[in-house]
Order: sequence, then C-alpha cells, then structure tokens
Amino acid sequence: MAKIIVMPKLSDTMEEGAVANWLKKEGESIDEGQDLVEIETDKATMAFASNAEGVVLKILLEPKKTAALGTPLCVIGAKGEKYNLEELLSKLQAAPGAKGPAPKPAATSSTSAPASSPTPQSAESKSASTNGGRVKASPLAKKMAADKGLDLTTVQGSGPAGRIVAKDIETANAGGRSQSMGTTNSSFAVAADRVIPLSMMRKTIAKRLLQGKNEAPHFYLTVSADMTRMNDWRTRLNKDAESSKDKSVVKVSVNDLVTMAVAKALAKHPSVNASWQQDSIIEFGGVHVCMAVALPTGLVTPVIRHTNLLSIRDIAAKAKELAGKAKDGKLTNEDYLGGTFTISNLGMFGIEEFTAIINPPQAAILAVGGTMVTPVVNASGDIVAKPIMKMTLSCDHRVIDGAMGAQFLKTLVEHIEEPMTML
Amino acid sequence: MSILTYREALGRAMSEEMTRDPKVFLMGEEVAQYNGAYKVSKGMLDKFGPSRVIDSPISEGGFAGLGVGAAMAGLRPIIEMMTWNFGIQAFDQIINHAAKMLYMSAGQFPIPMVFRGPNGAAHMLSAQHSQTVEGMLTQVPGLKVVTSANPSDGYGLLKTSIRDNNPVIFLESEMMYAMKGEVDDAEFLIPLGQGRLMREGQHVTLIAWAKMVQRAMDVAAVFAEQGIECEVIDPRSLRPLDEEMIFNSIRKTHRCVIIEEAYQAASVGSWIVELVQRVCFDELDAPVMRVSNEFVPMPYAENLEHRVLPEVERIIPVVKQVLYMD
Repeated sequence: MAKIIVMPKLSDTMEEGAVANWLKKEGESIDEGQDLVEIETDKATMAFASNAEGVVLKILLEPKKTAALGTPLCVIGAKGEKYNLEELLSKLQAAPGAKGPAPKPAATSSTSAPASSPTPQSAESKSASTNGGRVKASPLAKKMAADKGLDLTTVQGSGPAGRIVAKDIETANAGGRSQSMGTTNSSFAVAADRVIPLSMMRKTIAKRLLQGKNEAPHFYLTVSADMTRMNDWRTRLNKDAESSKDKSVVKVSVNDLVTMAVAKALAKHPSVNASWQQDSIIEFGGVHVCMAVALPTGLVTPVIRHTNLLSIRDIAAKAKELAGKAKDGKLTNEDYLGGTFTISNLGMFGIEEFTAIINPPQAAILAVGGTMVTPVVNASGDIVAKPIMKMTLSCDHRVIDGAMGAQFLKTLVEHIEEPMTML
Repeated sequence: MSILTYREALGRAMSEEMTRDPKVFLMGEEVAQYNGAYKVSKGMLDKFGPSRVIDSPISEGGFAGLGVGAAMAGLRPIIEMMTWNFGIQAFDQIINHAAKMLYMSAGQFPIPMVFRGPNGAAHMLSAQHSQTVEGMLTQVPGLKVVTSANPSDGYGLLKTSIRDNNPVIFLESEMMYAMKGEVDDAEFLIPLGQGRLMREGQHVTLIAWAKMVQRAMDVAAVFAEQGIECEVIDPRSLRPLDEEMIFNSIRKTHRCVIIEEAYQAASVGSWIVELVQRVCFDELDAPVMRVSNEFVPMPYAENLEHRVLPEVERIIPVVKQVLYMD
C-alpha cells in the first residue's frame, strides 16, 4: 500500500524545513528505521529515518526547497506498485503544523509575566506564506468553530483534501488533549488526577512564550526607584478625582503612573521600543504599551495606544476600560493589535521583584514589583525609610545591549522619582 | 377515503371543476371520443358533451393558441398535451402569448388556463419522446409550473391550478398514471408554493419532484437500514417554490442532494443550489450535489435509458459523498 512521507517536525520551533540531501533515490528499497533523507531545520541538519518500508516510488520534494511541516516528501510502496498520487494526496490529512501560523494573534501571557501583542509589522508573515496558509473547512465547520472559540488550525480535517467538516469540530471539542507527560502512581493519589483540556488561550500562551523564551536571548536589569513623589502625586490626583463632580475623572493606580513613566522613557529610547525581524531591527514609530491582565483562565495583554501622548487621566481611563473588557471576555482583536512594549505588574500580590518573559515580537518587557518601605542610606549618610519599588527589564539581546537597557532604566527611574521630568 | 389511480385522481379533479364552473373546458388530441391517450379524461365526453370536451386536430400550436384566445374571451381552458414532447410545438403560444398576455395588455387580459400532460421519460420512447420541460418553462415570467408525485397531490394541485387566474404548466407522467394512492372523498385543494415533507430525517436532505420522489424514497429506505435518516422533500410546485421548507430542512441536516430528471445546466435543480448556497451558506457541511440525466439524447435501449436517468444506484454514492462516508 503506497504511502506518502511528509516533512516531519524535528524540533519544537520547526515550522518549515528543506531537504538537504536524499539518502535514497527513486526505485531504491528502504527498511523501516533506515535513514531516508537529510532534513535541514531551523537548528541543524538531521537524518530522518523512514517510518515505512518498501521502495521509494517517487520523490516529491527536490533538495534545497523549503517546505512547511506536513508537505509531502516522497511516496513509499511495494516494488512496481501502481498508485494514484492525486488520491493519496487528497487522503493526506493536513497536519496542523502544515497550515502555517494562526492568521490572527490571540491572547498570550507568561508563567511569571504576560505577553501578547502581535507586531504592527508582519513578523510571522514569512512562514505563513510557504503553503498559502489556507485552512479548508466547510462553512458549517467554520461557524461551529467560531461559536466555540476553536482555532481551525488546530483541527485535523477528515474530509476530501483534509477539509475540516462538522464532525471534526465535534471530536476536536470532545477530545483532542495530548498525552500527559508524567503519571502519578495511583496508590499515592488522594484524588483522581484531573486532566484539564487546553483552552485556546492556554495553547497560545504556551506557544508564544515558548517562542519568546526560545528565540530571544534574554538578559535582565533590575533597578530600584523611590516612589515618594509618585505617591504624593497619586494622592493629589485621587483627591481631585474624589472631589470632582465629573465622573469621567477616574482614580489613578500606581500601575498607571508607571505606565506613563515607561511610555515617556520609551519615547526617549526608541532602541528599546523595537523588534527583531530576522533580517532587520524595527524601531517602532509609535509607543504602544501593553498591560498584563490576569484572568482565571490565563493572561491577556491588551494595548494602550500612543501611550506617550496620553495624559495620566487618559491612561487610567483606558487601562480601566481594557481591564474591564478583559474580565468580561470582551476584548477584540483590535484591543491586542500593535503593542510595542509590555508591563507586567505583580506588586499588588506583594511580589518584591521578578523577571518576565518577553512578549514576542517585542524586544523588552518590564516586570514591576510592589512598593516596599525599605531602609535606605541617604546622601548625608543617614538611614531613612523610603517607599522603594523594584523593576526588572527583560531584554532581547539581539536588539538591546546592556548599556542601552541601562540608559532606558535610568530615564525611567528619573521620571518616577521626579514626575516633573516627564513634562 | 378511496384508493384511486393517478389518472383517476386527475380525471376527478377536472370533472369536479367542470361541474363547479361552466367556463372550464378540456381540449386536446383524443381527449373526447378516445377517452384520452392515457385515459385521464375517461367518461368526460359522456358527462359534459362535445362542446366542453373537445377533440382537437393534431396541431399543438393551433389548439394551444385557440385556448389562449378562449381564455382572453373569459373561459378557463384546460389544454391537454398528449405529451410535453409534442407540447414543444406550442411553446410560442405558451411562452409568447399565454405567459405574456396579462403583462402586454397592461392587465386587461388574464389567462386563466392550464396546459397539462405527461413530462419526461416513459419507457423506451427514445430521444424525441423522453424530454422534461420544467427547466425551460420555470424560466418564463408569467407561468406557474406544478408537478405532483401521487394521486392525492395530483388531485388537489390540479384543482388549484384550474382555479388559478394565471397560465399553469401542469406536469404529469406516463409512468405514474397507474400509480394508486389514497385520495380523500371530500373535496380539497392544495395551495401552490407549498412543498410536502415526504420523510423526516436529520442527516441529509433529498429534494426531488415528480417521478424522482419515489427514487428519493427508495434511497432513503436503503440508508435507513444503516441508521442514516434522509429527509425527503417534494416541492411539488416549482414556480412558485417553497424555498423556506428547503432552507429549514438544510438548516437541520446541513447536507443536500437534489435528484432531478433533467440535464444539469440551467435546470430547476441548479436554481435550487443557487438559492441554498446563498441563503444557507454557513449551514452547509458539504457542497450541494445533484444527480441528473446524463447529457445525451435519451437512448432507445432499455439498459442505456436506465443508465441515463437518475436511478437509485447512481444516487447512493452521491449521498454518501455529502455524508463523508467512504
């Protein structure tokens, strides 16, 4: 029975590969487990062993041609076997990886810090175009997937040419969970292990943070800032808000103040407000700061657009609106688009300091801790109690060098310690 | 309730309407003295006399035109075509005159008449005597086009067609004249534009009319043995068409196969596909498929005739295809 061998996934990040060298020619016989072809991945060139035995009937992918995962490589079958290539290809179910990345970015986040915001530029467009990236699905299947919030690129189609049909959506909903990595010995278990099927949000978080941590070489810079003046300003702002008859004058949080300071500092240090684009670096023309919002199901990072041009009240109002939408599950794609930098704040949980994973394709993320009253030695040598907030900047070293990150943080601390410098 | 043949049910409908309304009369080849080529008008000459049951010359264009004139003068003619293959002779009268008269006369001359006769293949009548006309005539504004698949529907729909104030094309079948079925003894009418749900099912919708309804029912019985329930819909009148019944069924089953004794291009089936894909696009889990005549003149040979018509063995694989059964 003739069988098609497809481009295998040989590494976690592999989305496409090329045939470096065919180790078998058409007409040569091969055993299962014998090396068939050398595949060039994003990391290395590796031999790929055949998972079928017989004769290489036809080679479908020439050497040096890059192709997406799941692309047919060759046909293996019995010697002299007659086969219908069209039929084999149409029976071949498109592997999820073969369909290219999801066309729209979804919410993401990190274990310690969040992350989601698609680039204003198309950082992902290159891999998407390799096979057209079109998902074939019946109109009903598309509607059902949309109703259930299911990403069609994660569903295997059982119809002709891999078309996703209604029953594929039904089964994708019911099952579709991967094997658990570890199993507990049931004799030690107090209660049965709970298998939690992955939500799309969780899948996206996993995918994008793995990508962020794998691809971006992180380094970390930590600073402390004296929050005395920021806190004074906040007290005044909130007193005004309380006494104001205008209900649109909202209260301001520490996070809103930090967001403003970050945005102003980013405008002065465009090299931190940037993105790695494989063949170039983009310094973004606008400052659009993403804020991490924790949800019971995960984390999302909606964006406050043109953050550096907004007043503190505007930032506070926008942040409040986005947090509300996030909690109600009402964030739209629009609310995620175009972020250039992310802030993750765990200060309200009493966290002193932490490090965050960069939200790709951004080049940096700021992890903000809580304000702690801390003994500090002042200029005259006296020990005084000060409200100190620690912040850690995670940088993508491909884009940002240590000194560049440090200069950005210096400006940021200046803005926080003396808010007037933001004017 | 009586068991009537399809021809008896149609004869009863005409006789009742002629009794009810003296303006109604029947004209056609051999409808009177010979009691009709297929005996649909049996006994009507004796009952209504030669002024109301009229044998015509063998000239479809002539007596169809005579009928249009009679309708313009206030009568309600029933014009029988011995078969619709001969009725093609009268297309100028039907299409250019009967269908257009109301419009061309600015509403002065309604044409309350029925053109009726057998349509489609019978048995080994070859290329010139096996044609269907519903595809051609549903394309003509001004005509209503009605089919039926059992004696009861034939009775109720023919009565409604005779009472309609527009020209109605009423399509019968030689193969169905001997078909028996229950018909209520009390008078009843069936409105045009109302389909009939022949069989309920949730997996796939089969749409068929006239002779093909029975094919669809046979196919549904085959699938029922495998636990697959086909919903069978007979639209009955094709113009006007019960679109909502079709849409509602597809919203339930998400799959549709149309079975029609016609060629594929520009047919009633292709029109239904257009409506379905436009209105029910998001409901479809598979392309809408059709089983039609093979695109050749009808062969005389029995085995080849069978091969050309949409028969059960050609319908089943298509239904499997939309169900994604291998």
